[in-house]
Amino acid sequence: MAGAPTLEVLSPGILTTVQDLGRSGYARWGVAASGAVDALAARAANRLVGNPEGSAVLETTLMGLRVRVLRDTRLAVCGGDLGAKLDGETLPLWKTIAARAGQILSFTGPCWGLRACLAVGGGIDVPEVLGSRSTNLASGFGGLQGRALRKGDVLAAGEPQPSGPEREFDPAAAGYEGPPWRLRILWGPQDEVLDEQGRERLLGAVFTVSPDSDRTGIRLEGTTVPVRPGAPDSIISEGIIAGAIQLPADGRPIIVLAETASGGYRKPATVIAADLHKLGQIMPGDEVRFAAVTLEEAVALLRGREEAFRAAFRPPLPG
Amino acid sequence: MNEAADGLRFRFMGERSVLVELGDRIEPATNRRVHRLMRLLEQENWSGVRELSPGYRSLLVVFDPLQIDPAELTRRIQALVGRPAAGKLPPARRITLPVFYGGEHGPDLPEVARRLGMTEEGVIRLHTSVTYRVYMIGFTPGFPYLGELPEELALPRRSTPRTRVPKGSVAIAQRQTGVYPVESPGGWHLIGWTPVELFHPDRRPACLLEMGDEVRFAAVDAVED
Repeated sequence: MAGAPTLEVLSPGILTTVQDLGRSGYARWGVAASGAVDALAARAANRLVGNPEGSAVLETTLMGLRVRVLRDTRLAVCGGDLGAKLDGETLPLWKTIAARAGQILSFTGPCWGLRACLAVGGGIDVPEVLGSRSTNLASGFGGLQGRALRKGDVLAAGEPQPSGPEREFDPAAAGYEGPPWRLRILWGPQDEVLDEQGRERLLGAVFTVSPDSDRTGIRLEGTTVPVRPGAPDSIISEGIIAGAIQLPADGRPIIVLAETASGGYRKPATVIAADLHKLGQIMPGDEVRFAAVTLEEAVALLRGREEAFRAAFRPPLPG
Repeated sequence: MNEAADGLRFRFMGERSVLVELGDRIEPATNRRVHRLMRLLEQENWSGVRELSPGYRSLLVVFDPLQIDPAELTRRIQALVGRPAAGKLPPARRITLPVFYGGEHGPDLPEVARRLGMTEEGVIRLHTSVTYRVYMIGFTPGFPYLGELPEELALPRRSTPRTRVPKGSVAIAQRQTGVYPVESPGGWHLIGWTPVELFHPDRRPACLLEMGDEVRFAAVDAVED
């Protein structure tokens, strides 16, 4: 490994993996995108330590991660508020932190959200596999040896950029209102499987997130969505992206995350890009509702969100 | 949804991807159209296109809607497909996979034979008698969906999927056959095993097979007739 040892894992917590913004170009081989589920948190954390947005970060889930800082470095924690502490003191999120060798960063338990991204100056240095440093857990490649972090792992970081100003990011600009979560959707690609009653149910119901949810998908319970009589249970297998809402035969929707490249379930709706980061923070037990927008509205919302993202840094980003 | 005269249909999956459907069925001609469109888009290399994900009868085009207007993208794809002789495909590659059938390598072979009312040798003979097309690769990295399996071998999936199917398992279900490139769950019937590594992320190329390849299976343990 080229970079300098920077973090030592004292405890890996529930699930901690190396992720970047995901893999693209290999769906034709059945390779899923992977990547940080809350990509906005990963991008912000990288910016705060002076990295390109696509550098690799640690994505940790719920609680329990403890790492020792092995050399002086900048770090930033963004996304869910998982009770981050540096040497026992509350660590401010969404902010550049100058950490010193020997300090211990721990995640003591969630106050809000499910996943946090930890970026270090220079980015987590693991080999790129198929163009990305993201861990593909199901297939066992990428990230650190294709697996979740374990006690004793030592992570290197790349060469940090010449240190710019310390920054803060205002997460209000990113829009994380929830729970209860309101996710905006576009109908399709297979919305014809729903009749009026099915559409009304999907938009009118309050769903509850099942404990079975993980990096592969968010499973919704509490109510079922009826399909049009005679609608087929499955479709001819086709490519899929994160945010697609599968409707299996039992009528309980599953919001697919980025660990799947193709599938044969019908998908009556898809979560819009401007709301995808929220999927990383939805906890089992949270309430979820859907609201439909048009294609033009979805693009405008994404554009507005990207402008707000850039404007949310203090001092402002260069360029 | 938007249907064009030549049977092309666009279905958006969110504002950042569009399924281009080139037919309604699993058939070689439709799958070749998908393959051709993928190659055309590769050659065009439009900025803002992030991923091309081919299926049996559709191509999922993932893009950045802030770089390419979605409606403009569908218009450009429509124009591309309409070009005469657009995207000629090279001749299909032919790959033969050696297979150890039955025994510990293919634990479901006896039951498959019994349910089909034929001998194990009969199943092997039929499975090796056909040249299969790689319709798509999915489910897990490198898993080839091969068709069509001879009708005489068609069985529904197992009622209870296995939680762990060994890497290299050669399997059948309905009118399809495939190979599990990594250990994974799976609901198909395991009739054999191949030592050929279909997918390895550190190899170049990582994936042995590509959409459109022609695959044959050859029995290596010389079951006596």
